[in-house]
Amino acid sequence: MSLCDRIAKPWGTRTPYGAGETWPTRIDRYLADGVSADQVDQWIQTASVLHSNGDAMDVAVSGDRIVGVRGRGIDRVNRGRLDTKDLFGWQANTAADRLTIPLIRDGNRLVETDWQTAMGRIVQRSNELLEEQGPSALGFYTTGQLFLEEYYTLAVIAHGAIGTNHVDGNTRLCTATAAEALKESFACDGQPGSYSDVDHADVIALYGHNVAETQTVLWMRMLDRLAGPNPPKLICVDPRETPVARAATIHVAPVPGTNVALMNGLLHEIIRNDWVDHDYVAAHAVGYEELAQQVENYPPDRVAQICQVPPEQIRAAARILGTAKRLLSTVLQGFYQSHQATAAAVQVNNIHIIRGMLGRPGAGVLQMNGQPTAENTRECGADGDLPGFRNWANDSHVAELARIWNIEQTQIPHYAPPTHLMQMMRYAEQGTIRFLWISGTNPAVSLPELHRIRSILSRQQLFLVVQDLFHTETTEFADVVLPAATWGEKTGTFTNADRTVHLSDKAVEPPGQARPDLDIFLDYARRMNFRDSTGAPLPAWHDAESAFEAWKRCSAGRPCDYTGITYAKLRGGSGIQWPCTAERPEGTERLYADGQFWSTPDYCESYGKDLITGAPLEPTEYRALNPSGKAVIKAAEYLPPHESPNPDFPFSLITGRTLFHFHTRTKTGRAPQLQAAAPDVWVEMSLKDAAEQSISEGDVVNVKTPRGMIRARVRISGIRDGVVFVPFHYGYWDISDGESADHHRAANELTITSWDPASKQPIYKTAAAAVNWVSTGDGNPAPAPTNTASHPVIAGVPATRGGPTANADEHFTGGAQ
Amino acid sequence: MKLDLALRELHRAENSLAADLLKVADWHKVDHEIYHVARDLARWSQQHVHELAEIGPRYGLHLKDDSEQNSGLLATARNKASELVGHRPEPGLLLLADLRHLYRAAAGVSLDWELLAQGAQAVKDAELLALTKRCHPQSLRQMRWANAMLKVLSPQVLAS
Repeated sequence: MSLCDRIAKPWGTRTPYGAGETWPTRIDRYLADGVSADQVDQWIQTASVLHSNGDAMDVAVSGDRIVGVRGRGIDRVNRGRLDTKDLFGWQANTAADRLTIPLIRDGNRLVETDWQTAMGRIVQRSNELLEEQGPSALGFYTTGQLFLEEYYTLAVIAHGAIGTNHVDGNTRLCTATAAEALKESFACDGQPGSYSDVDHADVIALYGHNVAETQTVLWMRMLDRLAGPNPPKLICVDPRETPVARAATIHVAPVPGTNVALMNGLLHEIIRNDWVDHDYVAAHAVGYEELAQQVENYPPDRVAQICQVPPEQIRAAARILGTAKRLLSTVLQGFYQSHQATAAAVQVNNIHIIRGMLGRPGAGVLQMNGQPTAENTRECGADGDLPGFRNWANDSHVAELARIWNIEQTQIPHYAPPTHLMQMMRYAEQGTIRFLWISGTNPAVSLPELHRIRSILSRQQLFLVVQDLFHTETTEFADVVLPAATWGEKTGTFTNADRTVHLSDKAVEPPGQARPDLDIFLDYARRMNFRDSTGAPLPAWHDAESAFEAWKRCSAGRPCDYTGITYAKLRGGSGIQWPCTAERPEGTERLYADGQFWSTPDYCESYGKDLITGAPLEPTEYRALNPSGKAVIKAAEYLPPHESPNPDFPFSLITGRTLFHFHTRTKTGRAPQLQAAAPDVWVEMSLKDAAEQSISEGDVVNVKTPRGMIRARVRISGIRDGVVFVPFHYGYWDISDGESADHHRAANELTITSWDPASKQPIYKTAAAAVNWVSTGDGNPAPAPTNTASHPVIAGVPATRGGPTANADEHFTGGAQ
Repeated sequence: MKLDLALRELHRAENSLAADLLKVADWHKVDHEIYHVARDLARWSQQHVHELAEIGPRYGLHLKDDSEQNSGLLATARNKASELVGHRPEPGLLLLADLRHLYRAAAGVSLDWELLAQGAQAVKDAELLALTKRCHPQSLRQMRWANAMLKVLSPQVLAS
């Protein structure tokens, strides 16, 4: 047992291991100040909810309150390790400003009420609008942080009972491109690879994926490989000098918005050098010729000009990718939230298809996501898709769903793709969506072009329900605010980015009158008197476990088959990767072993889309393209970004996150150690760009785009020249009313309203901005961490430290270290 | 030989499609996907105009190389108009009408490419045939885009 300041050292102590070996166990534990292990009454099983890695953990309960956490050594995902956010973030559960009583609007203020009145108002407005306009007046916008059971319940209510096409999650902002890229290449969602591929890979390529901050435990696994014998080579594509970039064999820092050009350049080199597994391609894929033709136009010298990187770097990176024996690729927001998101992410899949690098140890793709339960929104249909990866354009899939729900097929909207969030906001702006129920997300800080979002949310004609843990920037606009229970206060399951399903048990009671999201949705269904065709209540279930059993029946026979999983099986053991069935009771580590795909026209989830226009393929087109269920290689041309730097706005602006916070900080901002590590917004610039405007570390500047302006201190960092970075976590709830009235803090005041035509994911990483000096920092550095991508390049900035309250135990077993 | 007529007509039609795409983009600036994708798709038509102009002299034609650009002042006016009515439902119907027009215009262009490809094969002009093979698929994609957006947007406009 040893102590480690996990703010100063977020990745903890190394436990090196070699290729093909088992990752050693390291059990992390943090207990509140003054609490010793023998004071813990119970350890309750759960998993992490402040990122997508799915780290298994136990919550320490003493009396009626949570007093700490520890990692679960038995689990396949983390083998005992915990992310810094999970070590400290649980403290937000007991924050004094939790919402504990329902609120309703009375003129221009929100007043306390009871559940009966609050739900009554929601039901009354729902019925009025269903009568007046029908289901098209109602929309639901949820999160990536509820549980599977809650999403499935919401999907049944929205798609089945009400029959609206307007359902989405904030997973649209984080994981939509991952899902779409998989649907394009494999005609079905489902993560091909597994975290255990890190144990075997000889090359790991990370595309726009700062794993060191977004999934810190996965990065610990990579760091342990790097510290052991036969370490893998790392390729990093990122405009910032992230911890990944600093550890990489090759770091490519393209100009934002040019990912497709870069990928086409890499594919050009792989094909030109014939590092192609032609037998695999012939047996298992369609579309190779079109790709070869498309990327012929992208020789390294041309790509180098577009991306502004050295051409020899492209050749060297392609050589490493082309000669890898076991290639693992991971992709995240640097691609998903940038220009031509799906087209770029699909090219990563293409590298794996043409190199035959799928479905075996070390050879896999991880199209990642950002949120803990994002995967479940995709499976259960809370992102608008039909549950169980069913195809909205395939009538037999809709008929099957109608049978499972026992309702008429016509009740389920399937005349067009589901309405994605940004389109829902447009309908609300036009006044044709008049009821919006937001659960567990904060669009007034997280969506692009915030002045527009505020004007939509504040429309008189829009009846707004907001269900959350705290007052947020979004609850201010609500007609009804519902206090929700959170992680640790309710039971359910959720699934991480590599298909691992975990159980999260209730540890303590929710505060005041707060209720689990599941109970709230079921209460709404009962009050609305939703019925199936036999007159039975819809949904028919009444608690988490009965919802899970219903979901299993919906998932049966589909790719995300849960039929082999029970709560009892998850309790006490490791998480389990779906598909898990009677034939595969231990789950499935990797998809697409032996080149078998879920892409036959009758079974597939999606017929795919045009990567440039976003137009869905017609069923007949898909049938002609891919009659026998192979992987689909899709090529795409590079298009210039929709907003490029110009004399008025000379910088490329990208937004992103830091290791110490999650989303709009509703939880991490209330955990003292995390808040202190990154207390306020900053903007990153390169040394050269700062020097040209005589800007020093810590100086205050205005960052301006055609949409708005924010004020922040400058961190001079290793970001590439011509690019500025602003973290998107900071809104207005924790500053004074006077300061917040100006709206000069949130990064999304600056971002552009534009989205990828295929995945509909908003573009947060391609905009043009100006930076103007305001005042000197008087020697104070920017409030940015020093041990992450925002590390300073000048000397003298005090290092980020947590101190005694940030010390966590590390317990090593098996003699490693 | 009447290939010059087909080339001249296609050059006119592509030019007009490019202008229409840009106009629709500007009228519907607050329908952001329409705005951005229509502008991207206008680039294809502009490129087609350019390539048609290049091959023109072989058939005795001097076609204008540069397609119609957006007039700055008019575009600004259209953008502003779009923003002013952005919170009203009526532009929904106008958008459907505009997409319907784009679909028909792109379909016309697509047919013209087909005619040109047939002619190119008859006179065994490999270069012209290659040009049609490059450009025709993009006309089809412009058409399918307009069709798809109609399919996506019409239910809400018509039901509300």
